[in-house]
Amino acid sequence: MLKVSSLSYSYGRKLALDDISFEVQPGRCTMLLGPNGAGKSTLFSLITHLYDSPQGRIEIAGYNLLQQPCQALAKLGVVFQQPTLDLDLSVLQNLRYHAALHGLPRAEADKRIQEMLERLNVSDRRLDKVRTLNGGHRRRVEIARALLHRPALLLLDEPSVGLDVPSRRAMVDHIHALAGDSHMGVLWATHLIDEVSDQDSLIVLHQGKIRAHGSVADVLQATGSADLDAGFRALTEAA
Amino acid sequence: MTLSVFHYLRALNGIVGRELFRFVHQRERFISALVRPLLWLFVFAAGFRSTLGIAIIPPYETYILYEVYITPGLLGMIQLFNGMQSSLSMVYDREMGSMRTLLVSPLPRWFLLTAKLLAGTLVSILQAYAFLAVAWGYGIQAEPAGYLSVFPALLLSGLMLGALGLLLSSVIKQLENFAGVMNFVIFPLFFLSTALYPLWKLQESSELLYLLARYNPFSAAIELIRFALYGRLNVEAGAVVLATLMMLMASAIYGYNPSKGFMQRKGNANI
Repeated sequence: MLKVSSLSYSYGRKLALDDISFEVQPGRCTMLLGPNGAGKSTLFSLITHLYDSPQGRIEIAGYNLLQQPCQALAKLGVVFQQPTLDLDLSVLQNLRYHAALHGLPRAEADKRIQEMLERLNVSDRRLDKVRTLNGGHRRRVEIARALLHRPALLLLDEPSVGLDVPSRRAMVDHIHALAGDSHMGVLWATHLIDEVSDQDSLIVLHQGKIRAHGSVADVLQATGSADLDAGFRALTEAA
Repeated sequence: MTLSVFHYLRALNGIVGRELFRFVHQRERFISALVRPLLWLFVFAAGFRSTLGIAIIPPYETYILYEVYITPGLLGMIQLFNGMQSSLSMVYDREMGSMRTLLVSPLPRWFLLTAKLLAGTLVSILQAYAFLAVAWGYGIQAEPAGYLSVFPALLLSGLMLGALGLLLSSVIKQLENFAGVMNFVIFPLFFLSTALYPLWKLQESSELLYLLARYNPFSAAIELIRFALYGRLNVEAGAVVLATLMMLMASAIYGYNPSKGFMQRKGNANI
């Protein structure tokens, strides 16, 4: 679903990403772990085509992002770290706006919006202004929005920031179930170890380099750690 | 996969519809956009009426009141402020991250920026017509056909000033820098133009001021509007506005280009 090859990026002389390569497989979550300043935001900016890098290659669902940006972005759903819903519009209006940007006809858009809101248990709030929703509900709406155009790859940039514990747990469970059900690839940036499940794939990014990549068991074995917390510290503190 | 015309149309409809909806529901923005030029009209122009005599200059065929003279300038002011307001909100959106939802859409960036520009321009035209309606009630009335013929002029000048805002939003790094825009962009553009005084009046006081106003593209926008209100086309002004619009738009698109633009140099991944 996502193939990143030999990607580097620098801000002037400061190297933010240093020759990174990895793949995100369909049907499972790939968790991108890294401390602040590891290069996660830069990587997400490149995958969402906010920047282009002259070095390396990014493919989304087989489309080269540099050469076929529209086709590649059509296959991408994103939940940004910062809330990006328009607070003065209703849930329905926000989602219709997104559907319009993806070229969905109104009838089809409304059908999908209803389905998605029901699935995420927020359909009763569809006519409410986003401003009146709590953090958990807003996140659900953002997830519904990211899925509306049925992407092949879902990008989550620390989506649990600002959520209380039950909302965070519900969201983590839901996304994991969704990845399995829909055969969608999920790349999930986080620095919260407890969001990782045993079935996930793992990438540890630190100082612009990939320090570990594989299943949770692989990473534990490679670092000789008893748990992921210790493994993560071993990878990010040793460097 | 090729993007269909319908995709473009639906996206355009979505972007324009959202902007208009937001505008209609932001009553404070509407009122403040209207109060500023009305204050100029009712207070400033009324005060200066007796001191500033306006000779007969095209497109006017008779002596006119000062209020009549500055009405096109105030329409330009509405559009200038609206362009800057759009720019301000784009910088804000970028700082807040919501600009990303637009830029991550599967459409060419030039199209997204043009659609955003068109949406902002339509809002400025609504404001301009609301101002004209109040001015009409105050006795500043053009021929009925003038209200139609001014539309394309407002569209073109609104696009030019919106493109200026778009370009500024691509080069301004932070919201705090916006105060500088007021001092270095809005005020010079407005005061060094034909908005408040005709060129011959400026020439009487200073040759330099005259030259600056003569070659200020904002003057061209105002003259285009002024002539259009009287059903006439000022070809030179139209050409200057069109050329400036194209130049500003090309620079703004360059500014937002993911591989070449100004955004890259900022080193800000939170855009």
